[in-house]
Amino acid sequence: MYEIVYKETLSESNKLMVVIAPEVARKAKPGQFVIVRIDEQGERIPLTIADYDRDAGTVTLVFQEVGKSTMHMGTLTVGEGFRDLVGPLGHPTEIDELGTVVCIGGGVAIAAIYPIARGFKAAGNQVLSIIGARNRELLVWTERMEAISDELTVVTDDGSYGRRALVTEPLRELLEARAGEIAEVHAVGPAPMMKACVQTAQPFDIPVIVSLNTVMVDGTGMCGGCRVEIGGETRFVCVDGPSFDGHLVDWDMLMARQAFYREEEQYAVAHWQKECRLLAAKGEV
Amino acid sequence: MSKFSMKERLEIPRQEMPTQNPEARRANFAEVTLGYTPELMLREAQRCLQCREPACVKGCPVGVKIPEFIAALCDEDLPRAVAEMKARNVMPAICGRVCPQETQCEALCILAKRGEPVAIGRLERYVGDYELEERVCPSSVRATPTGRRVAIVGSGPAGLTCAAALAGKGHDVTVFEALQSLGGVLGYGIPEFRLPKQVVQDEIDCLVQGLEIEVRLNTLIGRTFTVEELLEEEGYEAIFISSGAGLPNMVRIPGINLNGVMSANEFLTRVNLKKGYRFPEYDTPVKVGKKVAVIGAGNVAMDAARCALRLGTMRAQSNGGVPPEVHIVYRRSMDEVPARYEEFEHAREEGVHFNFLVNPVRIYGNERRAVSGMRVQRMELGEPDSSGRRRPLPIPGAEYDMDVDMVIMALGTRPNPLVFQDAARLERTKWGTVVADEETGKTTACPIWAGGDVVTGAATVISAMGAGQRAAASIDAYLGTGEW
Ligand code: FES
Repeated sequence: MYEIVYKETLSESNKLMVVIAPEVARKAKPGQFVIVRIDEQGERIPLTIADYDRDAGTVTLVFQEVGKSTMHMGTLTVGEGFRDLVGPLGHPTEIDELGTVVCIGGGVAIAAIYPIARGFKAAGNQVLSIIGARNRELLVWTERMEAISDELTVVTDDGSYGRRALVTEPLRELLEARAGEIAEVHAVGPAPMMKACVQTAQPFDIPVIVSLNTVMVDGTGMCGGCRVEIGGETRFVCVDGPSFDGHLVDWDMLMARQAFYREEEQYAVAHWQKECRLLAAKGEV
Repeated sequence: MSKFSMKERLEIPRQEMPTQNPEARRANFAEVTLGYTPELMLREAQRCLQCREPACVKGCPVGVKIPEFIAALCDEDLPRAVAEMKARNVMPAICGRVCPQETQCEALCILAKRGEPVAIGRLERYVGDYELEERVCPSSVRATPTGRRVAIVGSGPAGLTCAAALAGKGHDVTVFEALQSLGGVLGYGIPEFRLPKQVVQDEIDCLVQGLEIEVRLNTLIGRTFTVEELLEEEGYEAIFISSGAGLPNMVRIPGINLNGVMSANEFLTRVNLKKGYRFPEYDTPVKVGKKVAVIGAGNVAMDAARCALRLGTMRAQSNGGVPPEVHIVYRRSMDEVPARYEEFEHAREEGVHFNFLVNPVRIYGNERRAVSGMRVQRMELGEPDSSGRRRPLPIPGAEYDMDVDMVIMALGTRPNPLVFQDAARLERTKWGTVVADEETGKTTACPIWAGGDVVTGAATVISAMGAGQRAAASIDAYLGTGEW
C-alpha cells in the first residue's frame, strides 16, 4: 500500500494528499504524472505530480472530486492509502533558461503548473504566472504560486477573487505589451482553457506548451486509449506526452475523446452516491 | 501401465473435453472448456503408447517429460504426475489451456499419424488443476542461497519461467512489473473464458511464494528505474528483459482516432484486467457496440470478438436489448487465419461472423466524432509473400460500406520501447525487437539477457517460457563462472 501521510482539504471539492512513494519521488520531474488505484475494484487514475520531496520519499497529489473515483479518493484519510501507484510517467517538461516564460494554470491544474513554474524559476527565468478558476473557492495554491513567480495575476470567472476575467485576457495583455520578451507560454487546465490560450497566442507566434489530460488505462503505451492527434499524427499522451505543442493539437478530437465515457461516469457517480447513502443509513440504525 | 495391451490402447478413442454449450457461453465469461473428469483423464492417459523414443517431447519448447507424467496418471499417482510436470513446466494449468498443442507435442505424437494424437494438453491441464487444488508439490525447492541478485523485467510467461528457474538455483530474484498484478499478457490479454484469472493468480502465487521470489509491482522499467540503474545503483548482477510486445499496431487510415475505434489491447485490458464487464461493481467502464468489427484474425482478434459478443449479449439480456453482431474482418482467406483452429471454431460456434478477403480503408464518423460505419476493400490472393502466405491484393473498384459502430484493431503488437530508455547499448531490430541469441538469450550488452515476445514479436506463451528457461541456464552459468 502507498500510504497517505498528510491530507488537506483545499476547498469543498479540491483535496491534497501527500503519499509515500520513495521511488517515484526520487525520479519525479516537473510535468510528470502518476497513476493510482484505490483498491481491487478501482480504476486507474492519472494525476499530475504537484510536488515531491525526495528526502521524505513522498509525492503530493492535488485533485478535484469530479467523478466516482476522485470522490472515493476524497474519502481516504491519513493512514489509509492506495493499492497501486506507478510513476513517474510521461516525459518531464523541457525546462531551460529561456528568459521570460508565462505559466498559466486553471482550476485544480494550478497545482499542475506549479512544479513547472517553479522549475523555470529555478532555471533562472523570469516567470510571469496567471492562475484562474470559476470562483474563489476553486482556486488552489495561490500563495505557493506567488512565492515562485516574478509576477502573478489571479482571475476568477465571477470576480469573487482577483480580477474578473478568463486567463486569456491577462495573457493577451502580457503578449501585447511584452511579445518580444516572452519566450514560451506553458498552460495546464481544462481543454477549452488551453485551446483558448493557444488561440490567444497564435497571432504573436509564440510557442504554447500544453499538458494534455485524456482517458488512460495503463499509462505505459500499451492501450492507445490516450491517443490524440498532434499535427495530423497519432500520439499517445501517456508515453509521448503529456506535454505537446499546443498549436498542433487537434482540440476538437481531444475533447470528443475526453467525453467518450461521460455516460458511464455519470452512472458511476449516481451508483456511488446511492451506495454512500445506503451505508450512511445502515450506520444510523 | 501393463494393464492394457497395445491393441486395447489403440482402440480407445481420443476423449473429448466437456465444454459449455455455445448458446449459454455466449452470455457469460465463465470458462468454455470444463476440463476432464477423473474418468476421462484416465481413459485418455491410457491411450499413450509410452514410446521409447517419444517424439512429442521434441515438440515441447520446455521439454515436458510427457510419457513420464502420463505414466504417473495411468497409475493414478497424481503427486508423481505433478512432480514430473513441474520438473520442466512451472505453469501447467496455464499452458494446458493456452498452448497450441496441435502444432507442438500433439503434432508429433505417434498416434497423430492415425489422426488422433493423445490429448497431451488436456492431460497437462488436469495435472495443473489438481496441483492448484491439492498443493502436493513441496512449497520450496530452492537450492542453498547464493546471494547473487538477478532482476527480471516483466512478469509474463518468459519472465516468470526465468525467475523460477533462477530462484530454484538459489539466486536472489526480483521481478519488476509495470502493471498492478503479475502475469503480463496472461492477465491483461487472454480472457477469463479461456484462461480464468484465478488460475493465473493461483499458479503464479504458488510459484512466487514457493521460491521466495521478490515481486515489485507498479514499477515501470525505463521510468521508475532504467535498466542501467538496476545494474549500477540497485546492485543487480544480471538482468533478464521479458517485457513482451505490448504496443498495439494502429493502421493509418482515416478515422482511426474516432471514438469507438480502439486497440484490442485496450478493449481486452478493460475487460480482463479491469473487469469492465462487472462495471459498476468494478470502476472501469467498457463500451461495446451493436455492430462490432474486429480487424485481424489472430488469437487476439478471436479473443476480442468473443469478449465483445459476451459483453453485448449480457447487457442485452439485462436490459431487454438486442445482442450485438460481431464481425471478424480479415484481408486474407480462411486458410490463412493465424488463430488456433480451436479458437476460430469456438468463435464461429458462438456466432461471430467472418468476413474474409476484405480490408478496411476508412472509418466514418458522425457529428459526435463516433464511429458510424466503415469502408472496406475487397481483396484477392496473389503470389506468396515473404511469410509464405499468398499476398492479399486489392480488387480495383471493389469497395463497399459496412454498417458498424465500433471497430477493434487486432493487427498485432510490438515491443514497448520504454524499457530501452537510456539503454542505448542494447541493439534492436527495425521492428523494435531486441537482438538476442536464440540459444542463450544474451543481448549485445553484458550482463543483459532477453527473451519472449520482446525478442520474437508476439508469439506463444510456451515459446516465451522456453526462452525464459534457456536464458536462466545461461545466466546461472554466467553467475558461476563470470564468463559472458
Ligand atoms: S494510457 Fe494506455 S497507451 Fe496511454
